[in-house]
This record gives sequence, structure tokens and C-alpha cells, in this order.
Amino acid sequence: MYRILSKKILNETVQLMEIEAPYIARRCEPGQFVILRVDENGERIPLTIADYDRERKTVTIIYQIVGYSTKKLSQKEAGDTIQDIAGPLGKPSELKKHKRVLGIGGGVGAAPLYPQIKKLSEMGVNVDVILGGRTKEYVILEDKFREICQNVYIATDDGSRGHRGLVTDVLTKLIEEGKEYDEVIAIGPLVMMKAVCAITREYHIPTSVSLNPIMIDGTGMCGGCRVTVGGKIKFACVDGPDFDGHLVDFEECMRRQRMYKEEEHVCLIGLEG
Amino acid sequence: MPNMSLKKVPMPEQDSKIRTKNFSEVALGYTEEQAVEEALRCLQCKHKPCVKGCPVNVPIPEFIKEIAAGEFKKAYEIIVRENRLPAICGRVCPQESQCEGNCVRGIKGEPVGIGRLERFAADYYMKNVKNDVKEVEKNGKRVAVVGAGPAGLTCAGELAKMGYEVTIFEALHTPGGVLMYGIPEFRLPKALVEREIENIRKLGVKIETNVLVGRSITIDELFEEGYQAVFIGSGAGLPKFMGIEGENLNGVYAANEFLTRSNLMKAYDFPNSPTPIKVGKNVAVIGGGNVAMDAARTAKRLGAENVYIVYRRSEEEMPARLEEIHHAKEEGIQMKLLTNPVRILGKEGWVTGMECIEMELGEPDASGRRRPVPKAGSEFILPVETVIIAIGQTPNPLIRQTTEGLDTHSWGGIIVKEETMETSKENVYAGGDVVTGAATVILAMGAGKKAAKAIHERLNK
Repeated sequence: MYRILSKKILNETVQLMEIEAPYIARRCEPGQFVILRVDENGERIPLTIADYDRERKTVTIIYQIVGYSTKKLSQKEAGDTIQDIAGPLGKPSELKKHKRVLGIGGGVGAAPLYPQIKKLSEMGVNVDVILGGRTKEYVILEDKFREICQNVYIATDDGSRGHRGLVTDVLTKLIEEGKEYDEVIAIGPLVMMKAVCAITREYHIPTSVSLNPIMIDGTGMCGGCRVTVGGKIKFACVDGPDFDGHLVDFEECMRRQRMYKEEEHVCLIGLEG
Repeated sequence: MPNMSLKKVPMPEQDSKIRTKNFSEVALGYTEEQAVEEALRCLQCKHKPCVKGCPVNVPIPEFIKEIAAGEFKKAYEIIVRENRLPAICGRVCPQESQCEGNCVRGIKGEPVGIGRLERFAADYYMKNVKNDVKEVEKNGKRVAVVGAGPAGLTCAGELAKMGYEVTIFEALHTPGGVLMYGIPEFRLPKALVEREIENIRKLGVKIETNVLVGRSITIDELFEEGYQAVFIGSGAGLPKFMGIEGENLNGVYAANEFLTRSNLMKAYDFPNSPTPIKVGKNVAVIGGGNVAMDAARTAKRLGAENVYIVYRRSEEEMPARLEEIHHAKEEGIQMKLLTNPVRILGKEGWVTGMECIEMELGEPDASGRRRPVPKAGSEFILPVETVIIAIGQTPNPLIRQTTEGLDTHSWGGIIVKEETMETSKENVYAGGDVVTGAATVILAMGAGKKAAKAIHERLNK
């Protein structure tokens, strides 16, 4: 059992939890994730580590309430416990000592982006980020990014904050204005990462993405999370979750992610009814 | 007066029509009367060939004698001197190629049902005897065990009996390894596995779940934490794929994923259990081992109408246990033998069929088995919506990638000295599937036991 030390509501559907998990806090690095099970009969769900504190022996997760398990998780409060949290899983991000890097975080994707950008800034890299959301409420962690980035650009679908439109509009504008980036790190919905890669490919900017396929064990024993990268089968849980975005078969990822669409629906109704 | 019947006392089983609708155990076990009757078939030979066939050397005639005398509790106590998990072994060991394969009664007629009797004694004890384990005096030495499968559990249990402080580190949320995620409920009830593991905990063994050695902690760090020896029993859990077209279509599973969803996550009870599983009307399972049989029989129970085993050799070469092949056939699983998949076909991203080619047996290959050769022009399409790949597993690379000085084979298995299970790294031992590649539960237990003995000798030098 793992104790929840604090909980914060970031917006209508996104919440943050700091959880006591000594094994994970001791060794985890940016880019890695955990698998958790909310209660005894729960399913195993992967969540990227959004922050960690080695001294307090805690990890922070930020999750969006999208289905059965995240809803159950959201019903827990500080002081409660969750059944299982395993990790750190996956390969740490390969962060290079570039001159300038652009991070792009779509919605809750800003959470896994944060530890990578924070580490880069600690390494002395100049970092800019673009954060996107449906409305201004869906843009998260803006203040935390402002502490470590030179420029923080915002894009919202309805224009309630920053640019009205998509993160990719801002990306194109920055490149056309002559901003030079050695690498782009994009994390968010698959459609967003795909769209970002289409642009950066054109401009030959290396781009790293973090994939979030369906997972069960997260340790490399089932292959449920397999993705095609550069024509080869990779397991996102052990070979990733970070990959070269220009080599990822995004169409396949999106198709595989929809595999249990109907079943997810049944489960969600079960919880509410 | 021995019972000279040529046949084993039959074991009651669930009817095949009823059992394909549920996940309850198929084989129901002997009654006390049936057990005594079967025990009386044992001739109590002096040279005990059966014991030599058992990888953990259970004193077979000794315990059977007690069953014949109605001393069921004594029978159990004799077994557990050598085997910590008898309720499991009695159910899943391939006895035909081990103890029972050597039984004298098998020369003319059927061998003594040793597995069934072992199972009976274990079940009887669990049901009727309050189990209190004597506290063992601790010797102050600490050993870490990586993986809570049959090899790790056995090694830990043996060491605890000798007074060691043992901690098992398990990556999943539940200990048991393949006993929990791989072998289905209808062959090995999970409540029973939990009770056997509870018995090992009672010996003082600590089990830390959710710790993935190689990521959460490394082998070297275990020594820094004060462990004086490490046993690696992390198994062979990395699934093989075939590398054919269409393998990433929706509806294609590795058997490990399919079985983990169903067994460990109880997807068969969806939506009461939130983990989903998808099974079409027509299912192809590729492979001929126990894992393939388990996956096929699980698919049937999840409602598939036609389940095919697609295997490239003939039935004679199938590595699965005879009993499992027999049960699968009884349950209506269709065998497509001498058949190999060529590619998986799909529409809008979902599996619609599998193109196969017929095979014939050619010259023997390196393994001594006749090599299957494709018959030109014999391609045909098997219409299926689900494909489950069960062509084998290899060890997970994580431990070898994160442990310096640990020698491994090119296929990933850890290299050990056969007599002691010692690896190339000092005070690190390994056993089970991580050494042999996917094998059997009992061989893993035998290796765990041998390593425990070697660790004890080493730490007392």
C-alpha cells in the first residue's frame, strides 16, 4: 500500500498527487513511468512520472480523468492509500546538452514533459515551451515552466489564453520567425505528436515523442504496448516510451489505442450507475 | 495386498460441455477412497525409479505407503520435506515424462498416478489440518531472491528453513509468476496458489511486490543493502513474435498478454474486473506447447465458437502435456497440424483472417525432430478475428543489461555451473527459465532447491 501525501486539482479533469514510493523515488529519471493499481480489484494503468523528490521519497503523478481507473483514483484524497505502484519503468530520456530545445506539451502531456525540460534546464540548455489546451483551464503547469524556460508560448482552441488555435500553429510561426532549435520534445495526444512531427520533419529538426500505448505489465512480458518504429517492432514499456518521432508509425498507434473503446465505455457506465 | 489393476483409478472431471462455460478446475481430484485404492497400486519397489525421475526427489513410495494406510497427514509431511509446492506440482507437472514415466507399473499398463496422489495429499492437508509452521532460529544472514515464480519461491523457502532472512523481489503486484499469470484457473486454481505462497511466507520469507530488479534496484545495489547472496529466478517472460505481415493488427495477441489479462487481471470476469479482453467468434492459436493449449482453452471459455491450434509439425511432436492435448480436444479445440501461418490479414485495422501454408515433415534437424517443409501451392485462408501467438518466450533482457559481470548466452539465458547454479558473478546464483529458457515448473523448483543448498554451503565456508 502506498500513501497519498497530497492532492491538487489542476482543472476540471486533471489532478495531481504526490505519493510515497521509496523504491521509485530513489532511482527514477525523467521520461520514466509507473504502473499503478488503484485498489485490490483494479486494472494496471501506466502514468508518467511528473516529478519526484528523492529526500521525501515521493513521486508526483498528474492524470486526466478519462475512464474507470482514473475516476476511481480521483476519488482518493490525501492520507488515503493506493494498492500498487510499480516502477520506475521504461528507459530514461536521452537528454543531450544541446544549445536550444523546444518542448511542446498538449493538455495533460505537459506533465511528463516537465521533468525532461527541468533536467535540460539544469544541464544548462536554453529551453522554450509551447503549452496547449482546449481552453485556458486546460493549460497546466504554466508557472512551473516559467521558472525554468526562457519563453513559454500558449495556444488554446478557443483563444481564451495565448494564441487561438493549435500548438502546431505556434511551432510553425516560431520556425518561420527564424528561431533555431536543436531538438523538439513533443508530448501529448497522438494526433498532436503526429502533426508536430510532420512539421519538424520538413525542417529537419530531430524530434522526440513519448508514446502512451495500452499497457498491462509494463515490464516487457506481454507485448501489448508494441509499436512500429523505423519498421521494427518495439515494446514501448522497455524500449521506450521515448522514440524518434520521425520513425514512429502513428496511424498504427492510434488504431491500437482504440482497441478496447467499447469496453472502456461499459466500465465507465458501471462506475457512474 | 496390492491393487493389480492395469489402469489408474480414474479421476473425476467436470463434463466437457459444462466446463467450457466456466473457469472452474477441470480435474476434481480423488476422494479418500479413490486415493487409497490408487495408492495400493504402488509396488513399493526397492530401487525406486520414480524418485530418480522427480527433479526434487520426493520420496514417492514412502508417501504413497502412508496414503495406502489412510495416514494422509503423514503423507503430506513426507512430501513437503522435499517439495514446498505439492498442490501445484501434483497438478501441472508433466508426470508422464518424469516420475510416472519411470514407474515399473507403466511397463505393462498405466503407471501409478503419482501426481494425482501428491495432489490429493496436499489438498487433504490444506482442507483438514491447521498449518502452524515452527519458528526457525535465524542465522543472521540475508539472501535476496529476484522473482516470485516457482524457482524463486522454492529457493526462498529452502533458505528460510535453514535460518536465512530471505526477501523476494517481485515486479508484478502478485507473487507466483507463471502460476498466477500464465497457467489458467481451470488447471490451477489461484486461491490454491495463494495458500501455497502463504505457507512460504509463514516460514519467514518477505515478499516485496512492485519491485522490478534492474529498474527499481540493481543486483549490485542489493549487495550494498546488505544481502550476502542473490538468486535470480526471473523466468523467461519476453514473448517471441513471428515477424510476419499483419502481426500488429488489432486482434493479435502474444499468448502472454492474452493469458495475463485473463488469469492475473481476471478479464474473464469483465466488467466486474475492469481489465478488458477481446475474443472473436473464430480464434487461431499458433504453437503446440502448454501455453498454446492454455490460450486455446481460455479462448473457448471466453465464448469463441471455433478455436484452432495451428502447429507446423504433427501431433507427435507437440511439446504440450498429453493430458492437456486430450482435454483441449474434448473441449472441441480443432487441431490444424502441419500448418504454418504466412501472414495475418486485416480490414480497417482489425484481423479478418490468416493465410496459412501446409507443411510436410522432411529430414531431422539439429534438435532431432523432423523439419517441417512448406508444400508449394498449398496456401489457404483461415477466417479468424483473433490470433494468439504462442511460439515461445525468452528471458527479459533487463537484468543482464543492468548487471555487470553476468555472463549470458546469445539467446539471453544466464550461464551457470550446473552443479551449483552459480553465475559468473560472485555470490549470484540463477535458476529456472532464466537459465534454461521456457521449461517446466518442477525443473524451476529443482533449480531453486539446488541453488539454496549451494548458497548455504558458500555462506558457511
